Amino acid sequence: MVDAVLDGIQPLAGRGLWADAWRRLRANRAAVIGAIVLGVIALAAVAGPMLAPHPIDAIYWDRVTMAPDFALGHYFGTDTNGRDLFARTLYAGRISLALGLAATLVSVAIGVVWGAVAGYFGGRVDAVMMRAVDVLYALPFMFFVILLMVYFGRNPLLLFVALGAVSWLDMARIVRGQTLSLRRKEFIEAATAGGIRDAVIIRRHIVPNCLGPVIIYATLTVPNVILLESFLSFLGLGVQEPMTSWGVLISEGARQLEGGQWLLVFPAGFLATTLFCLNFIGDGLRDALDPKDR
Amino acid sequence: MNAILEIEHLTTRFATPDGEVHAVSDVDLRLDAGETVGIVGESGSGKSQLFLTVMGLLAGNGRAEGSARYRGTELLGLSRGEMRRYRGRHMAMIFQDPMTSLNPHLTVGRQLTEVLNLHKGMDAAAARAAAIAMLEQVRIPDGARRMAAYPHEFSGGMRQRIMIAMALLGGPDLLIADEPTTALDVTVQAQILELLRELKASLNGAIVLITHDLGVIAGLCDRVAVMYAGRLVEEGPVEAIFAAPKHPYTQGLLAALPRVDAKQPGDLFAIPGQPPNLQRGIVGCAFAPRCHQVIDRCRAVRPLLADLGCGRRVACHRVGA
Repeated sequence: MVDAVLDGIQPLAGRGLWADAWRRLRANRAAVIGAIVLGVIALAAVAGPMLAPHPIDAIYWDRVTMAPDFALGHYFGTDTNGRDLFARTLYAGRISLALGLAATLVSVAIGVVWGAVAGYFGGRVDAVMMRAVDVLYALPFMFFVILLMVYFGRNPLLLFVALGAVSWLDMARIVRGQTLSLRRKEFIEAATAGGIRDAVIIRRHIVPNCLGPVIIYATLTVPNVILLESFLSFLGLGVQEPMTSWGVLISEGARQLEGGQWLLVFPAGFLATTLFCLNFIGDGLRDALDPKDR
Repeated sequence: MNAILEIEHLTTRFATPDGEVHAVSDVDLRLDAGETVGIVGESGSGKSQLFLTVMGLLAGNGRAEGSARYRGTELLGLSRGEMRRYRGRHMAMIFQDPMTSLNPHLTVGRQLTEVLNLHKGMDAAAARAAAIAMLEQVRIPDGARRMAAYPHEFSGGMRQRIMIAMALLGGPDLLIADEPTTALDVTVQAQILELLRELKASLNGAIVLITHDLGVIAGLCDRVAVMYAGRLVEEGPVEAIFAAPKHPYTQGLLAALPRVDAKQPGDLFAIPGQPPNLQRGIVGCAFAPRCHQVIDRCRAVRPLLADLGCGRRVACHRVGA
């Protein structure tokens, strides 16, 4: 209460929309808990494999498909090849999270620029750029990935490219829609009337005003990409041994439901928890950023 | 004479799915240095479109013909890049709604200095100092601290002052104010008009005031141009036109003003009828269907602006003859 009053008498401090949004986000319990849990998972994925008692690719022939055993240091048990599932699950988190993050960044970078340019210039530029998006949309994703694999061989980098290349399409559409409505706003007209260059208007006036929806959509893209990667890995097109991802572990675990439930339960638990956290954070961000036109 | 802007036979058309709309039709207007000219007309009379055409800010389906010269340079037909060099530095515009004319995500300081970096190539410190000085000039106290504030922390009147400051920072010779007070309440309106009056004295260029408020024109302008259905119907010194309007439309507008000194507060006078649809080509005088002095010739031949002397011009068959 006192804080609110004190805030009220300092109107010149320049509390921007971002600062407001940050306060609202911190007040959202689900989003804060989601962020904390996600932080713990990320930390475990980065530091975990180093701290785990067994390396990810060590094979123990005498401990194949063993249930969790704390005495031997196999906290999550071992897989059908006798490898420690705890180390592998955490290591898989690295790959999945990194892929999700990198592909999302790629999609944000391409999508924002593409959508803002198309929406801002409109007319023929818009038509050509958005038809290109439509064509890519129409291309079956699996066909696209298999094509890439055939041409360039299996390469983890290609996975980034393939995932980024499909996920920027939605982003471009969202940003274009935002830009179209922003372009009619008077402050854009005022900037034009002030003789400001198109590139500067896009960079300083259009993009910052689109960032709310972009951030929200990006947090929803991360789980999407992780799921897509799981799907590709499930089909054998994803990351290859001895590297692993949550998707790979889950697909292996799904085959051992009888007699080896832990092989599915642990990786799936991590994936589900991560997706929940990202969704909560995305929801929180949407609530924090959306009431922009207060 | 020192002409800032010369508009000749300017016609602006918009291609719409239902046919062509003549938003501005064959307008002649000249602005000299040191002048403040009011443009009056009702909504849709083309007063805003006339100056958006001059600034090169027409919507994509708009086409302009004729001529608009800024200090002798033809503006129509300039490329996007060439036009941009004139905007802000030579011609600036203030818009109607100060609530939406500022970018909500940038501090006021950044928006103000943007213009200076761009047009005068100033470094950050010089631009900041100039922006603070300009805030002072538009009567925003404590400018140094206000620079860090965001638009939503200002009131409507304050934002309009910031818009005016932003428009003036480029040092334009032509300032176009498109209904600068319409979105503000009456006391704030008075303050903004007072500010414009002060600026008028210090600016050596011309100011255009687009409005539908005759009171604003009377208080601020030297000359007034009355527009109806995209056409200029009467133009001349403010005192002369307010004292003795010649065009029936101007007479109607002035008669429709509420008067404080009226003996009997009765119903306000209203011009009967409605403005014509600009999609159909108008034959004869655009005002003829609503005019009480109409003659046959009005319906057949479009009256041209006739010079009455003393800087007055009027487009009416009943006056010139």
